[in-house]
Amino acid sequence: MHSFLSRLNTLFAFTISVLAVLTIGVFISTYFEKYHETVSIGVNKPIVKHMTDYSANRKKNDLGVLQLNLDMNLNQLFDWNVKVLFLYLIAEYVTPTNSLNQVVLWDKIIRRGENARIYLHDIATKYYFWDDGENLRSNNVTLSLAWNIIPNAGRLLHVPANGSTSFIFSDQYTTSRAASPKSSS
Amino acid sequence: MLSKGLVLMTNCATPIIVVLSGDDAYGFRDFGDLILSTNYPTESIRAGDNVVFLIEGGDIPITHRVIKLHEKNDGSIKFLTHGDGNHIDDRGLYSSGQLWLERKDIIGKVKGYVPYIGLIIILLAKFPLLNLLISVTIGGIS
Repeated sequence: MHSFLSRLNTLFAFTISVLAVLTIGVFISTYFEKYHETVSIGVNKPIVKHMTDYSANRKKNDLGVLQLNLDMNLNQLFDWNVKVLFLYLIAEYVTPTNSLNQVVLWDKIIRRGENARIYLHDIATKYYFWDDGENLRSNNVTLSLAWNIIPNAGRLLHVPANGSTSFIFSDQYTTSRAASPKSSS
Repeated sequence: MLSKGLVLMTNCATPIIVVLSGDDAYGFRDFGDLILSTNYPTESIRAGDNVVFLIEGGDIPITHRVIKLHEKNDGSIKFLTHGDGNHIDDRGLYSSGQLWLERKDIIGKVKGYVPYIGLIIILLAKFPLLNLLISVTIGGIS
């Protein structure tokens, strides 16, 4: 093994082999990991508005407005095969016309190395809570948090957190003049 | 190029996808990553899932996350997707007049992920001569 090219070839092949073994090792070593954690979710002032949804069918639909409290510490979840955590908060509810509705109200990206302690109080939802219709009043909605484990290599896991909460919307519409999320009424 | 066995096993027409546009740029779906997906009909799609879908008349599969889902009592479901790094949802990507995706538009659900391997595939696809060069070099050395 004397020529430059054959040495380069051997080095390259060895590097690829090492990387492949490491990748497979990282995948197998965390295959059975469950990534469970407990979180605390709170809801303040859930109200329902009735407005035209210009982003969808341009009809008058119900718009849910609420504030969130989120409290969790997810530093334990980052093992050597977790590159990024994608958190998402789902509001799930049933209406007379729809047997299942799921709307993501909030999400967050936490990269490895960033602080995974979250303490948010009275924040507005990141995305609008539009209903597919007009059935949010007096509706019992369940909020649950889940995270998408994005690995260095391997399965993309969706893990639901322990600690969901439910709330019931008011039975009357709130007009924009009477209440906004920031005013105290 | 993919073995037909893999297509049958995953029930997905495109079980292995190489990411070509790394617009999210947060460590997932970067340029050159490999995404493995399946498309079992019994598997339900829920909010938060990463799905692969094709716009009607489009030919490039897009891999984004489901953020809204409404299932009617008769079983028909409509989805809205959103790219993680984008500020707006995917309605601008859908065909004109289309507001929601249906189950038939979704051709896979993302299950696995391997980084960087796709770069080789992209390189070989872009420079067919590279194939020839590699074969000749390896043939000459060994």
